[in-house]
Amino acid sequence: MIGLQHYLVVSAILFVMGVLGIFINRKNVIIILMAIELILLSVNINLVAFSAFLGDLVGQVFSMFVLTVAAGEAAIGLAILVIYFRGRGTIAVDDINQMKG
Amino acid sequence: MIHVFAFYLFAILVVCSGALTILSRNPVHSVLWLILAFFNAAGLMILLGAEFIAMLLVIVYVGAVAVLFLFVVMMLDIDFAELRAGFVDYLPFGLLIALVLLAEIVLGIGLWSAGPIELAQRAAPTNPELSNIQAIGGLLYTRYIFLFEAAGIVLLVAMIGAIVLTHRARGGVKGQNVAKQNRRRPQDAVRNVNQPVGQGVEL
Repeated sequence: MIGLQHYLVVSAILFVMGVLGIFINRKNVIIILMAIELILLSVNINLVAFSAFLGDLVGQVFSMFVLTVAAGEAAIGLAILVIYFRGRGTIAVDDINQMKG
Repeated sequence: MIHVFAFYLFAILVVCSGALTILSRNPVHSVLWLILAFFNAAGLMILLGAEFIAMLLVIVYVGAVAVLFLFVVMMLDIDFAELRAGFVDYLPFGLLIALVLLAEIVLGIGLWSAGPIELAQRAAPTNPELSNIQAIGGLLYTRYIFLFEAAGIVLLVAMIGAIVLTHRARGGVKGQNVAKQNRRRPQDAVRNVNQPVGQGVEL
């Protein structure tokens, strides 16, 4: 039978995948943003799994809030990416420290 | 039985498409794998009985966020091969950290025991008579109304921020100036001339 732990392990693997994505795609901000989305997705799976197995709906309500923040974060991140690309013609984040004043 | 089969199908697909998201050579493929991962995560949530969150995942993530990623990837003209230059250099270190993190988390899940849970202390116990959407709606518009409004404000700020960041005033573009058009009067623009025969008009 599928228990809470199965869902937690799936969520853990997905979380680690997101962290790995941030590490190996150090230059490509778009993939880094996608990896952050993966991490937030794993958090959502975690919240909903606990909510279902404890019979408490608050986990799902909070999961909706996490979803909202993820959507806002993606929009702002991509907007920053677009203006960075407009100014520099590339999205390599190695030399992003030249933005400091 | 079908539940177990569905769980393993969705779980394996979500993990595989997550892996392909971060490993694909082409970012467009990455976005498409990300969409597959979201669909399968929605399947997992349906298995858990959270239909509303599953539908929200499909609508918000696949319908809005992933398409936004797709737009940006296709709009920016980037040499992605150059961006992958350090991929192999970072791979061993990244894999090491990922394996250590995964081992720690799985060990933690294995050793975790909830202990005595006070089930009477739950904030909102599931009511078996209500459907998932009814129950969440009843909770969201009463007890968690401020959380709901805060979520709305987060989205509003994100929207305004994205517009302010990407807006730019372009130079050298001729646009219609409605105020200037409305200010224009006949006496500024029209002149009556009693023109003598045989002479040109002085403009």
